[in-house]
Amino acid sequence: MFQSTAYSRAKTRRELLAHYALGALAVGVTFPVILIVAYLLHEAWPLLSWDFLFANPTGGMRHGGIWPALLGTMYLVTFSLFVAAPIGVMAAIYLNEYATDNWFTRVVNLAVVNLAGVPSIVHALFGLGAFVLFAGLGRSILAASLTLGIMTLPVIVASTKEALSAVPLSFREACLNVGATRWQTIRGVVLPNSVSGILTGVILEISRAAGETAPVMFTGAVFYKMIEEGQLFGYNIMDQCMTLSMHLFTITTQVTEAPHALPFATAIVLLGTVLAFNATAIVLRVYLRTRKKW
Amino acid sequence: MLERIDNPPLSAAAGPRHAVPIALPQGPSKSRHRVSRPTWEVVGELALEWLIRLCGVSAVLFVFGIFFFVFREGAPLLFSERFSLTKFLFSHDWYPTSHSNVRYGVFVLVIGTVSVTGLAILIAVPFALGAAIFVSEFCGKRLKETLKIVIELLAAIPSVVWGFIGITVMNPLIQNVFHVPVGLNVLNSALLLALMCIPIMASISEDAIKAVPDTYREAALALGATRWQIVYRVLLPAAKNGLLAAVLLGVGRAIGETMAVLMASGHAVKIPHSVFDPVRTLTATIAAELGETSAGSDHYRVLFIIGILLFCITFTINLTADLVVKGVRKA
Repeated sequence: MFQSTAYSRAKTRRELLAHYALGALAVGVTFPVILIVAYLLHEAWPLLSWDFLFANPTGGMRHGGIWPALLGTMYLVTFSLFVAAPIGVMAAIYLNEYATDNWFTRVVNLAVVNLAGVPSIVHALFGLGAFVLFAGLGRSILAASLTLGIMTLPVIVASTKEALSAVPLSFREACLNVGATRWQTIRGVVLPNSVSGILTGVILEISRAAGETAPVMFTGAVFYKMIEEGQLFGYNIMDQCMTLSMHLFTITTQVTEAPHALPFATAIVLLGTVLAFNATAIVLRVYLRTRKKW
Repeated sequence: MLERIDNPPLSAAAGPRHAVPIALPQGPSKSRHRVSRPTWEVVGELALEWLIRLCGVSAVLFVFGIFFFVFREGAPLLFSERFSLTKFLFSHDWYPTSHSNVRYGVFVLVIGTVSVTGLAILIAVPFALGAAIFVSEFCGKRLKETLKIVIELLAAIPSVVWGFIGITVMNPLIQNVFHVPVGLNVLNSALLLALMCIPIMASISEDAIKAVPDTYREAALALGATRWQIVYRVLLPAAKNGLLAAVLLGVGRAIGETMAVLMASGHAVKIPHSVFDPVRTLTATIAAELGETSAGSDHYRVLFIIGILLFCITFTINLTADLVVKGVRKA
């Protein structure tokens, strides 16, 4: 009665086959990350040192370090955060706490999705047209940061919205019931309970902004600019600056006869920065999930 | 004395904040005192709430702003008599710097974008779908977390690093494996783009599969279906709109990608006949040529018109993806 039929055997076989095939596809996706990081690290190893980070490039960018690029990226990320963080967090508060479910809210949500979907090079054109030319900021750190800030806005909106909607409705109701206004509820109950989730979004924004090349290419990044080595305030906000991503692009495609390890070392610094920020965000999120009591 | 007992808690609560002493009613009291907050606090809260509303609609403003400012730079040429839209879209000649006969035809660039994107999506879909199905239906909790984290890290790798990998790793690899003279071609950039789209497609597909109600799975299990049969017969048909949206968003991402294709596609303005031919895409053209043009020249404005074209394409794709998902929710 319980003998296996040809059909049931085929069924089991197919099940196993699917399991392994899908598993192979999933694991196959993860290989590139590991291989890429390992390969870049291996090739870059001879050049990696503190001197490399804190020295100016020399000899037509064939030797020396990456300090101006590193500092430029820090500047751009910081100022873009000043733009994206307040607007993004407040936009998320609006969407999650104030907006009712109607056509207008749907339009706003669609706009956020679309803002994330606009190609980075179109953001560059926008930054050039709006900030560099129309607002008269010129090619500067300020113009590039504004462009980057608007580009990375959806990252903060998305993760802040997620953090806010994770706060149970009963918390809000309890607060409103003791006579608090809507803003008092948000300020006293919703935000304190979601601050780490918002922080995750901010960290992801940093990682995203640090890696972008196209939007800063025509709005504030230059091929080469010397600044004082190790000086933390080497740039003025209206200066143009070097960035890590642009520097990598330049020494890969424009500079000939650069030593083999140089672009690899630049790439690993860029990739390391980006992945480190992402890993921090992930750790923070996992920690939060385990700690959450509701 | 009796009157004092009438309202002590309220006046006590409001008391310390107000410099004005609470006037005790002289005669029979008509209205009770209400607890009121200082005026600046009420006004400040109102202002803040309006600021929040403003920021809420800012995304809409920015999307319009992007279109407006890109359009503003392209418009003078777009509406001039020197420019014909049919020639722009369907002419094969892209000679923006020719002295005698300047021609701006983006057809070849569109073909470049389409070929690279198409091949990338063909490569990416099986991996993304496979990963999504495996993560949501087949694997254990720990493996699931690990895979999701690695896929998220894959999404974080900047596009300029992908381009760099295209030049330093993929280029020699393709040369050696397929014995072709140049490794910077359609295949190279499609592989890079596939790796870049897989994370977004996988995570949206996973959401779509996860959104299928558990009762569907239970019903299929009760009929004696294996997990693969559930996936194949129940989950995929039920989640098909979400999966379609995932693919569409992947396409949008691939079309808009700039740095990786700029570095790895070989940068030749011609229609590819095999995957080993170099091509040029719309995005790469803007990135490569905008730096060499002077603001206000025709060439400069044509690049902005390409920007409008890209904006419209990605806008349409995102809108379609949104409608597809919303259609599911209504049904």
